[in-house]
Amino acid sequence: MTYEVNPNGFYGEFGGAYIPEMLFPNIEELRQKYLDFMYDSAFQKEFQQLLKDYVGRPSPLYLAKRLSKHYNTNIYLKREDLNHTGAHKINNTIGQILMAQRLGKKRIIAETGAGQHGVATATVCALMGLECIVYMGAVDIERQAPNVSRMKMLGAKVVPANSGSKTLKDATNEAIRDWINHPNDTHYIIGSVVGPHPYPDMVARFQAVISEEMKWQLNEQTGRENPDIIIACVGGGSNAAGAFYHYLKDTDVRLVAVEAAGMGIHSGESAATSVLGTKGIIHGSRTLLMQTEDGQIIEPYSLSAGLDYPGIGPLHAHLIDTKRAEAVSITDAEALEAAFFLSKQEGIIPALESAHAFAALDKIKFSNQDVIVINLSGRGDKDLGTYIKYLDQYG
Amino acid sequence: MDRLSRLFQEKQQDILNIYFTAGYPNLQDTETIIHSLEKSGVDLIEIGMPYSDPMADGPTIQESGDAALANGMTLEILFDQITAVRKKSDVPLIMMGYFNQMMQYGELRFLKKCKEVGVDGLILPDLPLEVYETEYKALFEEMGLHIIFLITPQTPDARIHKIDSLSSPFIYMVSNAAITGAKVGISDTQISYFERIQKMGLQNPRLIGFGISNYKTYRTACDYSSGAIIGSAFIKALKDAGNLEERIEDFVSSVKGTALHATNTTD
Ligand SMILES: Cc1ncc(COP(=O)(O)O)c(C=O)c1O
Repeated sequence: MTYEVNPNGFYGEFGGAYIPEMLFPNIEELRQKYLDFMYDSAFQKEFQQLLKDYVGRPSPLYLAKRLSKHYNTNIYLKREDLNHTGAHKINNTIGQILMAQRLGKKRIIAETGAGQHGVATATVCALMGLECIVYMGAVDIERQAPNVSRMKMLGAKVVPANSGSKTLKDATNEAIRDWINHPNDTHYIIGSVVGPHPYPDMVARFQAVISEEMKWQLNEQTGRENPDIIIACVGGGSNAAGAFYHYLKDTDVRLVAVEAAGMGIHSGESAATSVLGTKGIIHGSRTLLMQTEDGQIIEPYSLSAGLDYPGIGPLHAHLIDTKRAEAVSITDAEALEAAFFLSKQEGIIPALESAHAFAALDKIKFSNQDVIVINLSGRGDKDLGTYIKYLDQYG
Repeated sequence: MDRLSRLFQEKQQDILNIYFTAGYPNLQDTETIIHSLEKSGVDLIEIGMPYSDPMADGPTIQESGDAALANGMTLEILFDQITAVRKKSDVPLIMMGYFNQMMQYGELRFLKKCKEVGVDGLILPDLPLEVYETEYKALFEEMGLHIIFLITPQTPDARIHKIDSLSSPFIYMVSNAAITGAKVGISDTQISYFERIQKMGLQNPRLIGFGISNYKTYRTACDYSSGAIIGSAFIKALKDAGNLEERIEDFVSSVKGTALHATNTTD
């Protein structure tokens, strides 16, 4: 079994590039050049330097003692929340802005859900002095207000997406349309392992630094590189792809992908793609997505803006389809409970997305000998507005 | 010979192709719209299958699609409507939609059904050329269905030739780097692109679409190709109040310049 993308952009039967002709020249240029650019030594040097001095990598691997005691096991947290801008998203935007420079692009567009990818994109655009336009669903602009202000302060223009469910899916549609309208000077920094090939593979490679560090950090702390279980939340799947990447072939490591069940998997208000999804095409990629019999994409729901997406990246569709990864679905309530619990147990307020990964501890089986790594994809500052509403209930 | 091939054999100039979204403004308007378009002298009709996430389309077509879906439009209903249309009409019909719609219906079943109800060709903007060639070409040929591919100002020459070999009986020439309905008027850059394509000696005739909205832009498109495709401007016209058939006739005659006031329309 292989978990690598093939030259046509497929992971098993998932992936590809189902794009309108208008996007062909841009996608084709990227496809031909991305690996050469990425593994060019000057690129790698600049990328690694920025990850170290600007992002603050390596991010710590932290043994969460009180949490471990509570669950009677050994839980390590990969602290992506401590990165500059507060989430894993910046690993990818640093890589892609260097890519955009080499492609000679002057104008950067992005979509964002929770606003973390938007902030990370606005940040690297400020760093490089490039114009930045971020598409964000009107609903998300409302519920992730602090990140909207951050993007504006960083000099980005935030454009509301008012179609459909006014969330991440619709912001992505608008970004794609912008790219069609600006084929020459613009690079689209996609924020997750979604979209047409080569995006899923490129974003996964930029995020792979997470598991690359985990290997030596675990070795340092436990004497072995491989944990027994890795848990990560999945919106599109970029933080999970990064946390799984260097362990994909090590089948002794259990991979747990945690998705958002909203009000309940079968409540009609959910984003649990692995259960509710069927094979189809979304945003140029053949993958699992929530859709009607007629192929109309169903509007998803999750309290967490970053997981409120009706599809998953093609790599994850392949991992779940081949049973390499197990999927766990977590409701809004379970995620909130986990967020408040982690805050009090470890003094860490997680992003609502990451809280879903912690809630999975109540759903999966493990032993007291196991070493579990949870990818703490982001910090909860942006979610304070939401958390305050639930302080009385869960606090 | 099929309806679509016959049209292009009989007519090489001033072909007018109108796009509408099925199920808009009302679920049951499909027959009226097609018959009125045909009566007004439209040569070819493109039926849009409304889609939740139409990534190549602008706000006008997207909103009409959302309205059509809210009205309850489905592929099954649309196929029934086309069956009814075909009892009275021989106008060439193309269906336009997104590949996921065909995939979920079942590719073979979808193509069979298109053939059975009397659809002549398909436009599936997100079905890539290479995937078509390796996976679906034989099926389309077996069913006797045309597929029409798009070219844009950015399409490299070699790829245009490849598209020319797979598209039939025409090429959809996107007028500009744009989603549908984006721009008004035709610029000098666009003209030089039209001229460049004209000189390529392609086997297929071209119809120019995207941004064609009135008499003037239609005429310009006709000067550089075999005709034009109008979508968003027509959908906007359907929004206006009044009798649907009359509005359609007024719109088409204003575009063709057969209406009294049309020659004065300069915008
Ligand atoms: C902190 C955090 N975690 C996770 C996600 C989900 O994205 P992905 O699945 O690509 O990691 C987001 C997205 O906004 C996020 O901000």
